[in-house]
Amino acid sequence: MSAQAPAGGRTATHTHFRRFDRADRLLHGFLMFSFLGLAFTGLPLLFSHEPWAATLARFFGGFTSAGVIHRICALVMITVFTIHLSRIFRRLFGQKDLGILWGPNSMVPQPRDFFEMVAHLRWFVGLGPQPRFDHFTYWEKFDYWAVFWGMGIIGGSGLVLWFPESFAHVLPGWMFNVATVIHGEEALLAVGFIFTIHFFNGHLRPEKFPMDSVIFTGRVTVKEMEEERPDEYERLKHTGRIDEFASAAAPPWVYRLGRTAGGTAVVFGLLMVALILFGVLR
Amino acid sequence: MTRLPAISCRVVLALVAAASVAAASPQKAAAPKPPSNDDCLACHGDAGAARADGRSVAVLPDTFAGSIHGMGGLACVDCHADLATLTEYPHAEKLQPAQCATCHDKAVAAYDTGVHAQARRTGGNLVAAMCADCHGSHDILPSSEPSSRTHHARLLDTCGRCHGNEEIIKRGKIEIGNVVDLFRDSIHGKALIKSGLSVAPACTDCHGSHDIRRKTDPASKVFRNTIPGTCSHCHEGIGREYWESVHGTQVAKGSPLAPVCSSCHTAHDIRRSDVEGWKLEVIKECGTCHEHSLETYRDTFHGQVTALGYARVASCASCHGAHNVFPKADARSTVSDAKRVATCQKCHEGATPSFAQFDPHADPENRERNPLLFYTAQFMKMLLLGVFSFFGIHTALWLGRGMQQKAADQLRRRKDKDSTEDGE
Repeated sequence: MSAQAPAGGRTATHTHFRRFDRADRLLHGFLMFSFLGLAFTGLPLLFSHEPWAATLARFFGGFTSAGVIHRICALVMITVFTIHLSRIFRRLFGQKDLGILWGPNSMVPQPRDFFEMVAHLRWFVGLGPQPRFDHFTYWEKFDYWAVFWGMGIIGGSGLVLWFPESFAHVLPGWMFNVATVIHGEEALLAVGFIFTIHFFNGHLRPEKFPMDSVIFTGRVTVKEMEEERPDEYERLKHTGRIDEFASAAAPPWVYRLGRTAGGTAVVFGLLMVALILFGVLR
Repeated sequence: MTRLPAISCRVVLALVAAASVAAASPQKAAAPKPPSNDDCLACHGDAGAARADGRSVAVLPDTFAGSIHGMGGLACVDCHADLATLTEYPHAEKLQPAQCATCHDKAVAAYDTGVHAQARRTGGNLVAAMCADCHGSHDILPSSEPSSRTHHARLLDTCGRCHGNEEIIKRGKIEIGNVVDLFRDSIHGKALIKSGLSVAPACTDCHGSHDIRRKTDPASKVFRNTIPGTCSHCHEGIGREYWESVHGTQVAKGSPLAPVCSSCHTAHDIRRSDVEGWKLEVIKECGTCHEHSLETYRDTFHGQVTALGYARVASCASCHGAHNVFPKADARSTVSDAKRVATCQKCHEGATPSFAQFDPHADPENRERNPLLFYTAQFMKMLLLGVFSFFGIHTALWLGRGMQQKAADQLRRRKDKDSTEDGE
């Protein structure tokens, strides 16, 4: 894209900024496909009265084999969650990086997120300028915590339902009723949110349409950085750390892979949303 | 076992017939000598004997001699009584119907109360079966003979001549349609036809033989509340269990709602109880009365899996029993406080009393019964509503603004381009 060398004296090959490291991208990849697997094998149960549910269950080889796939995907997602937590702990206790608790590189909601949200809403209706975002925006933080909470809640209730006889030693049996409702409703929330709001915020909104491949390539262009995260861009320039994150474009195969994986996920996700809407509205 | 009374009944009837023939002879002494069998067979014994319109009136001597009536020494005129006083031959073509009642008065009296006679009498339904339609005419054999039309193994064919014949079903306005097709693939049909089991029921075991009545007739063997008694003739053990159950006691009191055997098992196409499709159907049957229980069951994992079409998980009967259903408060109930853990353990081997506190019919809208579930469901509802409302609006506004911005950017770029070109 823009080959113009921005301030900082970087060479022409430094057209991009590194946003996600390889581990983040791989974890997101596994998260994505385990999530799709869980959604497609779990929703037939929640919508068992719908004609498409039986078809979908049959496609996965029947209810027993769909259950096995569901549990395999659950194990993958639990592994992703565990690795993510261990990386956070390593940064916090190993590298003593307190920046993940507060400040621009932290996912912790901060007052500026609230003000940016208000400003963003005002911009939507033409009452003010577009807010100047930093490394993480408020909606990205919401996405993150929604998934974080979702994995804890759905994962926890899922394990209870997976091993009811063991959990009955510490929980009264009626907790399985509660776990069923939580597991199903929270899954509906997660699926509905990821396949509509997250897809829109990340990919389908006019600025990004049809998709943003940053989560697959790990890189954003200088132009994107200037336009979408001006505060981060300025901050890096002023602190002189801009070269740390400068990078060349990802190899073409990474873009191709990202487009294929992301496109597949979007297609299947929207199909799932259509089925849910068909079930809810009918 | 069940066949014995029928056979002895027939023996008695045969004796009665023989006695009445003997008793009738002296009385007829004064009348002109009736034609002997040989007189009749002089014409009818010819295989080519026919009416003017070509319809055969042949009675092969061997056929009649081999029939029960032939062997019993009956004369033609014993049945064709209006020919006894005949002196001129050939006689008129139109005769009175053979008088079976002369000997078989009880069978005919029973027949007269049945649906076939009634259909002929009141509906003018002339396709409804008479004696000869089932028993034959000159070749009647006792039903104990395997080649008899009324032998147990051949009844399906005999009844099927009408009840498996689409043309007659239509003409006779037989509501239930082709029952022979339904029955053939049923567990009873397979046992009877494929396995040749003498204990498998044929039509008459449930419907009776001469006094077949409509199922709406309280005197019918297949009247709704009589059905458990009829089935219990063979399924004695299950019958005992059923009559004790809450459903059986209600039916005994005359309840028109409590299920009888056929409510779940159907009448003619009864399937094996381990067939997956049938197990799933029965759940719906329970739900016709226990509506709310079915609804709440469908909210649980058990109910969702069965709704998807898989019977591997618990259905109604898995917990409540099939024939031995009792109210939960009854100590005999499999879901009573005393027995519930053992019931869960049938599938969940490690089930404990704590495990058995699971509510298989939990209702998230019933605060008294499931308080925590109620509040959880309310919370989840609010959470979903809140998140989707906020982000729904957020997304819609962003979409509008984003598209507007994009259009403006494109316009500006085009203008910039134009002005650069103008400048050159």
